[in-house]
Amino acid sequence: METRVIGKSVPRKEGRKKVTGRARYVDDLSFPGMLHGVTVRSPAARGRIRAIRFEGEIPWHEFTVVTAKDIPGKNCIALLIEDQPCLAAEFVNHPEEAIVLLAHHDKYLLEEARRAVRIEIEPLPAIFSIEDSRARKEIIWGQDNIFKSFCVDKGDVDGAWASAAFVVEGRYETGAQEQLYIEPQGMIAQVSEAEGVTVWGSLQCPHYVHKALMVLFGLPRERIRVVQTETGGGFGGKEEYPSMIAAHAALLARKSGRPVKIIYDRAEDMVATTKRHPSRTRHVTALSRDGRLLAMDIDFTVDGGAYETLSPVVLSRGTIHAAGPYACPNVRIRSRAVATNAPPHGAFRGFGAPQSVFALERHLDRVAEAVGIAPDELRRRNFIREGQTLAVGQVVKEKVDMNGLMERAFALSGYHAKRKKFAAANSDPRGAIKKGIGFASFLHGAGFTGSGEEYLASEVAMEAMADGTVHILAGSTEMGQGTNTIFAQIAAEALRLDCEQIKIIQPDTAYVANSGPTVASRTAMIVGKLVETAGLGLLKSLTDGEFLQPGYTAADFSRACGEYVAKHGPLKTFVKYEHPRDLHWDDLKYSGDAYGAYAWAVYVAEVSVDIRTAEVRVNDFVAVQEVGKVINPVLAAGQIEGGVAQGIGFALYENVVWQEGRMVNAQMTNYVMPTSVDLPAIRVYFEEIPYGRGPAGAKGLGELPLDGTAPAIANAIAQATGVDVRQIPITAETLLEMLEGVHA
Amino acid sequence: MRAYLPAYEMETPRDLEAALGRMASEPGVWRPFAGGTDLMVLLEAGKLPHQKFLNIWNLAELRGMEVSSEHVTLGALTTYTEVQRNKTLLREFPLLCRAAAETGSVATQNRGTLGGNIANASPAADSPPALIVYDAEIEIVSAGGSRWVHYASFHTEYKKMNLHAGELIRRIRLLRTHAQWKQYFRKVGTRRAQAISKICFAGAARVEAGRIADVRIALGSVAPTVLHAVRVEELLRGQRPGSAVLQAAQDALNAEIAPIDDMRSTAPYRRNVARNLLAEFLEVLAG
Ligand SMILES: Cc1cc2nc3c(=O)[nH]c(=O)nc-3n(C[C@H](O)[C@H](O)[C@H](O)COP(=O)(O)OP(=O)(O)OC[C@H]3O[C@@H](n4cnc5c(N)ncnc54)[C@H](O)[C@@H]3O)c2cc1C
Repeated sequence: METRVIGKSVPRKEGRKKVTGRARYVDDLSFPGMLHGVTVRSPAARGRIRAIRFEGEIPWHEFTVVTAKDIPGKNCIALLIEDQPCLAAEFVNHPEEAIVLLAHHDKYLLEEARRAVRIEIEPLPAIFSIEDSRARKEIIWGQDNIFKSFCVDKGDVDGAWASAAFVVEGRYETGAQEQLYIEPQGMIAQVSEAEGVTVWGSLQCPHYVHKALMVLFGLPRERIRVVQTETGGGFGGKEEYPSMIAAHAALLARKSGRPVKIIYDRAEDMVATTKRHPSRTRHVTALSRDGRLLAMDIDFTVDGGAYETLSPVVLSRGTIHAAGPYACPNVRIRSRAVATNAPPHGAFRGFGAPQSVFALERHLDRVAEAVGIAPDELRRRNFIREGQTLAVGQVVKEKVDMNGLMERAFALSGYHAKRKKFAAANSDPRGAIKKGIGFASFLHGAGFTGSGEEYLASEVAMEAMADGTVHILAGSTEMGQGTNTIFAQIAAEALRLDCEQIKIIQPDTAYVANSGPTVASRTAMIVGKLVETAGLGLLKSLTDGEFLQPGYTAADFSRACGEYVAKHGPLKTFVKYEHPRDLHWDDLKYSGDAYGAYAWAVYVAEVSVDIRTAEVRVNDFVAVQEVGKVINPVLAAGQIEGGVAQGIGFALYENVVWQEGRMVNAQMTNYVMPTSVDLPAIRVYFEEIPYGRGPAGAKGLGELPLDGTAPAIANAIAQATGVDVRQIPITAETLLEMLEGVHA
Repeated sequence: MRAYLPAYEMETPRDLEAALGRMASEPGVWRPFAGGTDLMVLLEAGKLPHQKFLNIWNLAELRGMEVSSEHVTLGALTTYTEVQRNKTLLREFPLLCRAAAETGSVATQNRGTLGGNIANASPAADSPPALIVYDAEIEIVSAGGSRWVHYASFHTEYKKMNLHAGELIRRIRLLRTHAQWKQYFRKVGTRRAQAISKICFAGAARVEAGRIADVRIALGSVAPTVLHAVRVEELLRGQRPGSAVLQAAQDALNAEIAPIDDMRSTAPYRRNVARNLLAEFLEVLAG
């Protein structure tokens, strides 16, 4: 199909503003009379608050001080449930939990004041590991420390063991990971009788913040307004936590009667906000003599931290992705999210899938070894094909060619030749540098899971102005990933205009439609489709009314809009998501069509390991994926490159050092993310099989690269060193220890 | 920024004499501020207790580089960028140049100074091992005069050094006797740039007729101060650099170092890697 702008790398809508420094982030905004706010946090992991003392030589009378007593509505950050307090009142359940808020016009003095607040806590026993939580060493949440559990059951796993030629078992672990968006979190709030509560800030999901503030203030919908300012990265980290900061700023604003700005510095952002859930996975896999999967028994646990937040949903995605793109007749996945006394873990690009995919893809290399076939041969014999059923019982209706992706990735990376060459070279004991090449094959579902999109029932509005400019009004946010640009492309394509004629309205809950949260690789595919439909709707109004004839120019379009508006008033369309009738999901059995579409991928990593220092270097990386129609190649490749870089961090560098539930390396010096010189060339390739329900055939791709990067690297390290990697991050310290074991 | 800025003061003295006079007038009160690359990190984190600073960045007496037939003398304000651009240093003191090139980023290298690296007294600092290998001497000045000390004995315990209130490091002097030595440097950081050392090894030796005639070895991040491995040196002198001496040398090194677990690495890792780097050094000497 001939396209005008889809499939073209048009420049970023807000790119010029960003590179010229004109983009206004929340900390660039200032309001008359504005105060600054800070948060005083719990020094203890768990306990009862005994006293709060305001000490030091601080002019306390000049400060606005807020505690739980100042909350007008419910003391909670309403999300899935309402278990997390906005400010701890009597008990604290994790280090750095917010207890007191302070505001003052002098932000430096505010820091002195923060240090002068003494919070006395009578400690209660706390737990810090998945193991202790599951053993119920202490019950710290609900009846059993379990936020949520799932059981996926396909076929008859227990009946499969007897006939198996091989049964392979393995346990795998992944660590916490910090999102590390460039712009730390921040919010400004203003509260007045006349206008209710308004907040401006760096966030992914304006309507989540909106809901949380309604509950906190006990105010109706129209008395709360949430505006997204230019956002410097999110990666999931700005999905749920911004509600907390917005709530804090708004409470201070209400009490002081002035606008209040709260900006976290990097240290506070790292120590107090969410991270990727640490995980533990156990696999037991049964295979036939010829290496076909007979049964997969998977047990998956994530550490949710002290409150539920989004853990059930993260667990859900991790669970559904745990069995990968393979056809296996018998699959059981038991999973749970458990409580520990750490700050709540939360959304992070991939959302549970990178954890369970790491376990599976590392496990399958071990399975291949046990069966005595090559890792690619094992995959080849078990890849899912059109018409077969995934673990959750979803029949794959898309054209899928995992084998084709794998062959392409192997050809591009020289996989087979290198694997042989490295094996030979590594056997020379004199060599200090060992090399390896490994891969992972995986899928990632786009959109909310199961009936999620149906419940969300997202909406998009579009308005053509009299001058022919077309406005898109949606709550979907730009945070660097390209929403503005691809929406403009999709609308321009539908209306046969240029992107410049499309304007994206700043997400503001007072004006835009609720198009749902900007998460779950759903924005291009689900919301993009609504944008496309809205565009076609506008066009229909113009052509039906004979304002516009086929073969029109941009000038014709503008003129037609002017005439329409003059005659009928505003030209506006609303589109609401309609769940495809043939997608069914059973929440109780946890089975059915988990996602409307999947992205499919094979990633190959090449590494070298210096066995004297156990330093790992990724030398080459090939990422091949099928994501439906690519709307903007440069942006899409950028998403994959960034995701792979983040995946390399997840695999090798990013190690949260915990002490009693608190991150102690909360600085970028000691929490080590890869720099440009630590990264290889990341070579990105797309296969495009248009997806009928995506805009112009597009599927989602934002989270995908996080899933396969770490296991590809782990498998490469295993080839290089013979070390059976079971855990990430693979730090030099753990690897050296294991190397001693291998070479002793 | 977590610091209360109004609590801090900074003065810019016009010359060295004025700076030393200021420091002498209120002993221990005024602290030098050179490139600020260590001090600003503390300020940002709200952990900078000292409140009065002397901006010494403009003191010409602490700048510049002099080459005589015996020595190269570097002002304490010599930056990492200047180190890497100097031809004599590149030719004769490659360990120092390597350390400079692997310190922080370009921005840090433009502001960070050798004097600051020494006086900050971190056991993980990267130029000190090289300075020890080159048997550096440093000139310390105060209102009362000047003295030269051997750098190898300058650091006494964790963050303690032979530098008193009212004193400034003025210059660093390196002996030009190592040009023909075989030299080895390796920094093992948490990543390839912008990394604090988990271990840093600098070594140089004069090899004559296949034997180690003289050798100097120093390591960072393996003890409370940068470590001069004198016992390993003693053991190696007169030996052939090969597998025969390796085990004994590694044992000596193991006995000499006292690494710890911290948030960047572990004691066992540092011990193992120190051993392995020593082996690599001996291979260089044998090669
Ligand atoms: C991003 C970053 C990366 C870094 N990476 C590295 C690295 O890889 N390796 C490494 O070793 N260091 C590293 N550092 C630390 C720092 O850059 C070095 O220690 C640098 O040499 C300090 O020099 P300065 O002039 O900036 O010191 P300043 O911050 O000005 O001072 C440091 C200390 O020395 C004292 N001082 C300074 N000059 C004198 C003098 N002439 N006489 C007496 N006392 C003096 C000061 O009072 C202060 O106590 C890094 C720092 C940053 C911010």
